[in-house]
Amino acid sequence: MTSTPLTSETNLQQKLVPKILEAEGPSRSKFAARRPSNHLWLILTWLVLLVVPFVASNAYVISLANMALINLILIASLNLLMGFGGQISLGHAGFFGLGAYASGILNVKLGLTAWLGLPAAALIAATAALVIGLPALRLRGHYLSMATLGWNAILVVLFNQLVDLTGGPNGLLGVQSFSVAGIRLDTELRAFPLVWLASLLVMLAILNLLGSRLGRALRAVATNELGADAIGIDSFRTKLLFFVISAGMAGIAGSLYVHVNQYASPETFGISGSILLIVMVAIGGSGTYWGPLLGALIYTAVPQLLLDYEDAELMLFGLGMLFVLIVFPGGLASVPAAVMGRFEPKERL
Amino acid sequence: MTATLLQVEDLFCHFDGVTAVADLCFSVRAGEIKAVIGPNGAGKSTLFNMIAGVIRPSAGQIKFDGERIDHLPTFQRARRGVARTFQNLQIFRDMSVLENVMVGRHMRSAAGVAQAIMHGPALCAEERAIAATAIDLLDRFGLADKAQSKAGTLSFGQLKMLELTRALACEPRLLLLDEPAAGLPHAATDRMGEIISGLNRDGMTVLLVEHNMRMVMSLSHDVLVLNNGRRIAEGTADEVRRHPEVLAAYLGEAEDA
Repeated sequence: MTSTPLTSETNLQQKLVPKILEAEGPSRSKFAARRPSNHLWLILTWLVLLVVPFVASNAYVISLANMALINLILIASLNLLMGFGGQISLGHAGFFGLGAYASGILNVKLGLTAWLGLPAAALIAATAALVIGLPALRLRGHYLSMATLGWNAILVVLFNQLVDLTGGPNGLLGVQSFSVAGIRLDTELRAFPLVWLASLLVMLAILNLLGSRLGRALRAVATNELGADAIGIDSFRTKLLFFVISAGMAGIAGSLYVHVNQYASPETFGISGSILLIVMVAIGGSGTYWGPLLGALIYTAVPQLLLDYEDAELMLFGLGMLFVLIVFPGGLASVPAAVMGRFEPKERL
Repeated sequence: MTATLLQVEDLFCHFDGVTAVADLCFSVRAGEIKAVIGPNGAGKSTLFNMIAGVIRPSAGQIKFDGERIDHLPTFQRARRGVARTFQNLQIFRDMSVLENVMVGRHMRSAAGVAQAIMHGPALCAEERAIAATAIDLLDRFGLADKAQSKAGTLSFGQLKMLELTRALACEPRLLLLDEPAAGLPHAATDRMGEIISGLNRDGMTVLLVEHNMRMVMSLSHDVLVLNNGRRIAEGTADEVRRHPEVLAAYLGEAEDA
């Protein structure tokens, strides 16, 4: 195998560049072969998920599956920003709500179809993130957390107070569902394929982003900003880009949520929701690709299992989360590696 | 007559009344290895950080290839061709060794968000080219068999080599080395010296700050000696070695060198 000429990457600065990079290379096939495994696992997992409507005993179970997949979009997009990018947003539920209300209001007040509401929701949430991120991400430290916390608080007030638009505390009613070829996706079963596909596409987008030069830059900025600067990475723009992408994905989740449930109310999108999403990122495994899947599962299923305990529900939920994070600080996604590590000899340094 | 690649003019740096660098002028010609030496506190690191963009000069100019860069942030200087290593290593420890070098190709590749998400043939081709370049570099510096290991598992010496490899992945025109021999055992220091002179033979311009006199004297075409933030001598290794002010700065005024 011969080395690939650099000109295929870029023609920048060819004139004075020393010829240090043109040495003959070793065989590279063993490195190249590693890539597709996560893609394969993703497709396989989603194929398995396809059986849910067939084995589910009733609409309630399918509705939980829909909710879990929407929650997955939220948790995975927050994980992209927080787990891989090291930037903590305390307003992710706010972007979720902004997407839901944007798509819902466009539908109820202007008669826009859900298919246009979905990209509009993504765009509006992403634009809001851009406006917040421009000042907040210029400063190092916790400014993004503080700005997004304030942002979420403002949004909840707006959702409650703009009664003419949002329906106020009673919620936004009369939102139409998605429809395909004249068929309304207005039952749990009919909505499932859409949510299934959307969550697959978002997971695929995240996987591809992480494997690209942009994903590498993001992780570099998160682990060592000084080192990232030194190799020509614009830390500010990298963080801003992923904050905007992450918020846009939350907007997509919001649009799906409002059209699948045909309803939205302010308490779904509060600060406690944002905090719970962060906890779910941590529980699943912050900075791991598969962690959010576990986080979404727990976020959706555990409250249902604890319904019988009524007042104790929230307390049990909290205790469970504490337990997981104390025993497995790397989140549930780290459990297999931690268990295997007990039986395998440690790699010598 | 070779071209001047880096030019420093009337450079000052004050910290709260302390003058770290004062009235400094020097230049680095394309294709040479220039060393900056001096006793502790001479202002070497401050100078180095001003050139790399970590510290802003209080006054004066830094020109790279004729263009003023002293007002630019670090990443902009890197994009113009100034790459550096760090004395205390700034490695992406959670990323693999291969990824550490691949990320060094960031500014030499172009894929945007849409291309990254769509993962089309053009992107795959670019990714393959990035990986190929990175593996070639790792192979050249003896790290190819560690490519898939997490960078955090490498030894100190390997990390130094990895950081140099990452800097070279940027295809710099000027390589800034902050104490490349610090912390390395004897044999590794010699190897590092051979690598630096090898890079220089291939055309790389190098500016290095170093305490190891043996390395400085054997490598450098030109040595700049600082003391108390000022230039006290500049010239070839032999000239500098015999310079009375240099001897005084290193060994003390009263002693007979």
